[in-house]
Amino acid sequence: MTVVNSTPAIESRQLNIYYGKFHAVRDVNLSIERNKITAMIGPSGCGKSTVLRCFNRMNDLIPIARTEGEVLFNGQNIYADTVDPVQVRRHVGMVFQKPNPFPKSIYENIAWGAKINGFVGNMDELVEESLRDAALWDEVKDKLHQSALGLSGGQQQRLCIARTIAVKPDIILMDEPCSALDPIATLKIEDLMRELVENYTIIIVTHNMQQAARVSDYTAFFMVDDSRTGHLMEFGPTKELFTKPKHKQTEDYITGRFG
Amino acid sequence: MARTHFVRELQRLQDEVLLLGSMVRQALVESVQALRSRDHAAAKRIIAYDREINAKRYAIEDAALSLLATQQPMAGDLRLLAAILELATELERMGDYAKGISRINLMMGHEPLVKPLVEIPQMCDKVADMLRRALDAFIAQDLEAAKTIPLEDDVIDAWYNTINRELIDVVTKNPSLIDRANYLSWVAHNLERAGDRVTNICERVIYTVTGELIEFDAEEPLFSGTN
Ligand SMILES: Nc1ncnc2c1ncn2[C@@H]1O[C@H](COP(=O)(O)OP(=O)(O)OP(=O)(O)O)[C@@H](O)[C@H]1O
Ligand SMILES: [Mg+2]
Repeated sequence: MTVVNSTPAIESRQLNIYYGKFHAVRDVNLSIERNKITAMIGPSGCGKSTVLRCFNRMNDLIPIARTEGEVLFNGQNIYADTVDPVQVRRHVGMVFQKPNPFPKSIYENIAWGAKINGFVGNMDELVEESLRDAALWDEVKDKLHQSALGLSGGQQQRLCIARTIAVKPDIILMDEPCSALDPIATLKIEDLMRELVENYTIIIVTHNMQQAARVSDYTAFFMVDDSRTGHLMEFGPTKELFTKPKHKQTEDYITGRFG
Repeated sequence: MARTHFVRELQRLQDEVLLLGSMVRQALVESVQALRSRDHAAAKRIIAYDREINAKRYAIEDAALSLLATQQPMAGDLRLLAAILELATELERMGDYAKGISRINLMMGHEPLVKPLVEIPQMCDKVADMLRRALDAFIAQDLEAAKTIPLEDDVIDAWYNTINRELIDVVTKNPSLIDRANYLSWVAHNLERAGDRVTNICERVIYTVTGELIEFDAEEPLFSGTN
């Protein structure tokens, strides 16, 4: 594994996740480097989304989910009793598979999150800056007060990214952010991710291996064992994982020999 | 297994590389035989045959590029395709050496050889044998063989140095033989370079198996020129 000099942006230690009695994910030790894109790949059901949701305590919203182990963010275990999950989510934002803007104006979609997070500065400026950073400004600057639902899928997804970065998180989690988008919109999001990673740390779950290969710096490959429990099979620089994986299971999966 | 079509196409391409390899081997061996028997008709045939070698190389390259473009190969498949592209080029260049030897054969006309052909056939047999085993190693993904075959290149270099020393002797004794001595030196040079390309092939086999690109630091032969 690669030695990372700076402290990781976020790190899981002996992460085990259960849904009721079902052991969904076992013993995940994953260290995410700052200002890099880390992709999580693996067959359906191997626990990619489950692990991703642990990085901002989204699993708390699933009543039967139980988490063991630690997730260290700035050296602090976000699962410690004293930690407020809402604060965690302010620092670790999330973009979902299906673009999910609020049924409000483009402007309000961005202003809303900032407001509940106590933003007191110039809202117009924040909206513009966020939309610019999400590479959407030029397309929407003349219709800021129209409904966000009138945007194309790709634009809606970039709006959701703008909404996420408006609260200035450290980390952005993305769960298959392009699976509902056409190839051009997908490439736009990928370009945007490369821009954003200058200022953010990004973790992306994707089923599209070419996407992982194109966009990420590191790749984590998850597998399931016979009891359907997911685990981290291989982790490393993307270039290496896709040209010379260390494990046969990784090779079989990425070369399409799997299943 | 998934990707049946892709896997079959990869296998077909490996077969094509083997086929190209035997075309090249045959051309090399025959070019030296034709030199020995001073057979100009054979030399011309070998020169013409080079077109078929080139065509085979481009067919392989074309098919490999199609797979790269359409199948998004990864990991071992990607390395294999990269190696196939590289091997096709190396083999085609080895074919050029056979053509080069045949051209020299024609240029020499019917003048007698300035020295008996001893090392040249030995070099040629050795290159042909190393090439066959390098391609076997490629198909079998035989790391050990790919690592040891290049070590044998020293023998070829030694013969190359011997022949050049002897040719210098010949020319020193009789400077008027310089052109005819040079012809033989060129033939030997072509074979020496062919040996180096077998080493390149072995490097690619190692890369296919391990993902590591290594270079054999073979001793340069005393008389090595460029290309
Ligand atoms: N809310 C839930 N309740 C119960 N089981 C769940 C829940 N969410 C996920 N699981 C189970 O946990 C395992 C991991 O699911 P998860 O959604 O994390 O996989 P994934 O790798 O993201 O799959 P996909 O690629 O299909 O999105 C699966 O067996 C799934 O059925
Ligand atoms: Mg998922």
